[in-house]
Order: sequence, then structure tokens, then C-alpha cells
Amino acid sequence: MKLEICFLYNDLLNIYGDRGNIITLTQRSRWREIEVNVTNISVGNRIDPSKYDLYFFGGGQDKEQYAVADDLKGEKSAALRQAVEQGAVFLSVCGGYQLLGHYYRPDDGPELTGVGLLDAHTVAGSKRLIGNVIVQTEWGTLVAFENHSGKTYLGSQARPLGKSEVGYGNNAEDGFEGAVQGNVFGCYLHGSLLPKNPTFTDHLLKLALQRRYGPVELSPLDDSLEWAAHNAAIQRARDTR
Amino acid sequence: MRQTLAIATGKTLLEILHRTGRGGTAFPGLVASKMDPHILRALTARLPSGSAMVIGTNGKTTTTRLVATILTKAGIKIANNRSGSNLIRGLTSTLLAQASLKGRLQADMGLFEVDEAAFPQAQLEIAPRLILLNNLFRDQLDRYGEVDTVRRRWAETIKKLIPGTTLVLNADDPSLAYLATLAPAGVKAVFFGLDSPANTLPVLAHATDAAKCIICGADLVYDAIYISHMGHYACPTGHFSRPVPDFVAREIKLDGTNGSRFELQTPTGPLSLELGVPGLYNVYNATGAAAATLTLGIAAQHIQAGLADFKSAFGRIERIALSDNRHLLLALVKNPVGFNEVLRMLTTEPGNQLKLLVAINDLYADGRDVSWLWDVDFEQLAGRVEWVRTAGLRAPDMANRLKYAGLAPELLNWEIDLTTALRQAIDRLPSGQTLYVTPTYTAMLQLREILQKMGLVVPFWEE
Repeated sequence: MKLEICFLYNDLLNIYGDRGNIITLTQRSRWREIEVNVTNISVGNRIDPSKYDLYFFGGGQDKEQYAVADDLKGEKSAALRQAVEQGAVFLSVCGGYQLLGHYYRPDDGPELTGVGLLDAHTVAGSKRLIGNVIVQTEWGTLVAFENHSGKTYLGSQARPLGKSEVGYGNNAEDGFEGAVQGNVFGCYLHGSLLPKNPTFTDHLLKLALQRRYGPVELSPLDDSLEWAAHNAAIQRARDTR
Repeated sequence: MRQTLAIATGKTLLEILHRTGRGGTAFPGLVASKMDPHILRALTARLPSGSAMVIGTNGKTTTTRLVATILTKAGIKIANNRSGSNLIRGLTSTLLAQASLKGRLQADMGLFEVDEAAFPQAQLEIAPRLILLNNLFRDQLDRYGEVDTVRRRWAETIKKLIPGTTLVLNADDPSLAYLATLAPAGVKAVFFGLDSPANTLPVLAHATDAAKCIICGADLVYDAIYISHMGHYACPTGHFSRPVPDFVAREIKLDGTNGSRFELQTPTGPLSLELGVPGLYNVYNATGAAAATLTLGIAAQHIQAGLADFKSAFGRIERIALSDNRHLLLALVKNPVGFNEVLRMLTTEPGNQLKLLVAINDLYADGRDVSWLWDVDFEQLAGRVEWVRTAGLRAPDMANRLKYAGLAPELLNWEIDLTTALRQAIDRLPSGQTLYVTPTYTAMLQLREILQKMGLVVPFWEE
């Protein structure tokens, strides 16, 4: 089997160690003898919507986010929408999550238009929401770290990724974290997210492989270290919040 | 009256803390500056030779100590914050400890290491005659914010500097070269940098922040990359390029974890320098310290003596003797660039496969977000490691990171408790060999305390 991953704006949106997600998707595939290819797509590069099974879209600084929003207008947005129609899986974190929604409205300055793959919008908040988080989802408990000031609100087409047990979540108001719409996932979960949440990682891998191969089963891995990291992080989240 | 009372209270608190054997350095300064918000200004204004300040993400403690050692060699009496307490309250405590009850200091000059976030306020209060800017990297995003945010904050301070101030800047860091262009007329900019074809990196590392033109956003073009985004760069459309440095380190010879030697080209001729601390990043620190002190008018012989005699700042790089001709090398890690440079130094160390203890805490001073571990290129350890033990509050996270970096799980072991982890690591260390220990800040403090109980190191406030 073969998996094609597209790392969106890896050179611009790569803070908070989000590359850990790419490393994890790659290694967990290779350990199962699934061939993996990661393609970096940034400003000015074209996207072939039929090529990639899984897209990762991370977080960045404000200035870079403007550059990315600008580049996403027109052709690239259309390509991403086509990719979703063809069954591609998206994982977006923080800035990437905001840009997959309809728009981001800053305090001052022009509104950033998003791709609209998620029925969600984000407005700038006055407080930075920082800390360890625990989220209860249908793929089990996720443990991570949030650091954002944008507040995201979901429309009727998207459902939350999960319920915040510890942490502020999407907007520090409704108690929910992230968004899911079809195969498009968005969240504020750094940490990195995937290395210590292996059940969720494998769910994304299965969804992505399904595009080419139909329903697949993944061979089990020894995840004792992943779960040790997961449990220690949960303990820290409970101790610190 | 208010000032006198603030000084008296601060000094009394310092005395009590010292007598009860606690090394806490910031608290008395915090209390005194609550009582008199301009206490720092009042204390530093009385220093006859003014003050100098060191700012940067990495290496500021070491650089400050290098400058202090050189100034002391030159017979200048300095007031400085030695224990790495670099927020406003720490600076205040430092000066209180050295001031008389009337607020007089027994020093010629102030020398301060200042936290990135405290720079604007510290600059206003202290009004230093010289500011040494080392580098700007991503660091503890939950505390400092993004690199752009820090650079903007620094830019505001630089724009308001008073004429007569001297900036000593690392020309190899694009952010700092850009900041120098913002300084008002009458502020002098002195640059230092490296010229060392033998020590370049083939490509920009993953965790690189400032490799784009700050004006147009284009990717900078590099002739040489030394550390992260530091090197010889230019904007492809000509917006800006590396300034020609006044002080250049050349002919750099690195000697593993022992030290290095290099030649410093200066406006008045070359200087041959020997440095007692290892790694290319310390060559940067030493070059900055030499450029700053030469600019202050210190004679070359004191610079040579100061760099050669220098003992590392506590925990930054420390070699501790164990029984059986074994050693422990402690190297502080704080952020991706710093960790990458430590790994680069360890993997070029000749000899056996590495035995490592990586201690990661996630307390406030460490950065509560451990995401940064995924920005460090641990992949370079593959094939160079005999075993790694991870320790601290995020020991399993760290072990998991190493697993995903391609290290075989059977080489990895984790243990949250630092005492147990350290004991076990020392027990496993064969005679004549070195255990390399890379802790985050609070893990380093704890490990030092454990080593102190074992009778191996002295408490840092006695140094």
C-alpha cells in the first residue's frame, strides 16, 4: 500500500512542533510497510487534487497566516475542495484550522477569507488561551496543548471533534474543541497531537488509505511508549489546570 | 523616603533568605520595586561607568559571564546578575545585594543579562551605554509569544534608544541586522560574525524562523549557514543583506566538548583566542563578548585571558567528575536551536557510542508546552547512541519522541523521578566514560541539587 501526504505551507506554518504529526503519520505507516510520500506545498506551488490522500495544515504566526490566506485564494481553494470531494482526509491545527473555515476576523485589519471546508468561522479574542487540554472524542481521550487567541464558532454542517474536559476549547464558551465535517478535521491541539494519541492517528490513516484501497485493517503496533506519554500528559493536564 | 524604605526592606529580605540558605534571588527585588517602581533607575544611575546589557534567546547567561570575566581581568568592578535571574525583579535584587543602605553601589559598572520580554522596561530603567544583541530564535512560545512578536517589541525599544548608545549586534542573524537599521541617529552599531567554511550546515534546519527577508518575505539566499538562520545571507531582490562585521571569528577549531580556538579579526588587527567552553554556539558568544569589551576599550590581553580562563555558567555546560575516572557532562537545553547545537556537539565528540540522560520538565520556566521537542532534530542521534534514559515530568513524551526519531525502543528507558533516573544512569556507566545529561531549566536545577546531595557540586549562589 501507498500513502500520499501533502504538508501544506510547511515552511510558513511550522511552529509549535506541528511537524510531529507528519513524523508520526510517516513512521506509523512505515512500521506497517506502507509506503509514504510527503510533498511540501507552499506559496506558488500547484496542488494536484487527485494525488494526495491526506493533507496536514499547521499553525503559524499572524504575518505568515496572511501570506497563506492570500495564496489560498482562487485556484488553490478550488483544488482543495476537489480533493475533499475525492475523499481526501484533512488534519488542520490552529492557524490551519482557522483557514479551513469561512473566515478569520482580526481585531483590526482586513478579514481573512478561508477555504470553507469547515462550516466554522473565527474571530480574534482578547485573551490568549494557553495550557494543557484533555478532550473526550468518539476516538477516545485526546491529550494536547492549546495556545490561541482566535475564538472559533461552528455552523450546523460541522460537529465538534469532542468535549473539553480540561482546557478552553474552540472559544472558551461552549465547552467544545475542534470540528469535523466529513473527512475534514480541525482543532487547536498542539503537543504534537498525533504522537501521543495513537488511536486517533490510526483512525486518520485508515480513512486516508480507504480513498485508494477501500476499507483497510491496520496491523497492530506496540504502543506502550505512546500510551505512557499519553497517560503522563493527562496527569500533567489534571495537575496544572 | 520611599526609596530608602524600599532599599532597606529589600536588603533585609535578602539577608533573611541568605541566612536561611535559600538561593531565591528574585523575591526581595519584587518587593522593593513594588514599594518604589523606579528603584532600579535610582540604583543604576549612580554607577560611575554606566551599564551594559546582554539580550538574546540563547547564550545570554554565558555571554554575560564572559563579559564579566573579561571586565574583572581588566580590574573593573562590576555589579551583575550572575545566577540567571534576568527579569526586572532579579536585576533589582542583584543591585540591592551590592548596595549600601543609602543605595550606593561598590561597583564601577553594571552588567546585566536581560530576559527577552523584560528588555523594553529594563532599557528604560537602566539606560545602558552598550547593548549586546546575540540572537533571536523561537523559544517557549507559551511564555514569549512568536518570534515576530518579540522582534516587534525589540524594534520599538531600538527605535527609542538615546543617542550615544552603542549596539553590538550579531551580523549573522537577519533579525538583528534588520533591527540595527531602525536605530535613531547618534546610536552606533558595531557588528560581529563568523567566517568559517569548515563549520557550515548543508541546509537550513527545520526549526528555522527568520530565513525570510523581513521586508519582502522572500526566502533569503545563504552562502554559508552556521546555526539555524545564522550565517551569510542576502535577500534575492536586494532589500537587505548581512552587514560587513567589524569583528570576525575565523580559523575556528572546535575540540569536541572541551573547547575551541579561533582568530578574531578586529579593526586594529587579528587576535588569537582560546576558549574554555565547547561548541560553535559558544564561539558566537565569545565573539560577541570580545566585540563588546573591545568596543568598551578593554585591552586585548584581558580578553585573551578572560576567554581562556572562563568557567561555564552553571548548568550550561558543566563537567563533573564521578568515581572510577568517569564524568558527567551537564548541558542545558531550552529550545530547538539550543538543543540541536548541543546534539551537534555531542555527535561530533570522538570515541564511544553516547550514553545519554535527557531530562524534560514542563514547569513555567521550562515552557509548559513540550511541542518544541518535535522541532528538535533527534534524528541525528540514530546510530550514535548506546542508550538513552529519559527523565522528568515529561520523560515518557521524550522517550516517545526518540522512538519516532528512529532510535530502537530497546535503547530507550524512561523514569519520571530524577533522583532514580540519575542514580540508574550513573550505575550503568562503565569506567572511564562520560554520561551526557541534557536537562531543561528546572530539571537542571533539580539535578544540581541531587548532585549536591551526592557531594559532587556546590550550590550555585555560592559560586
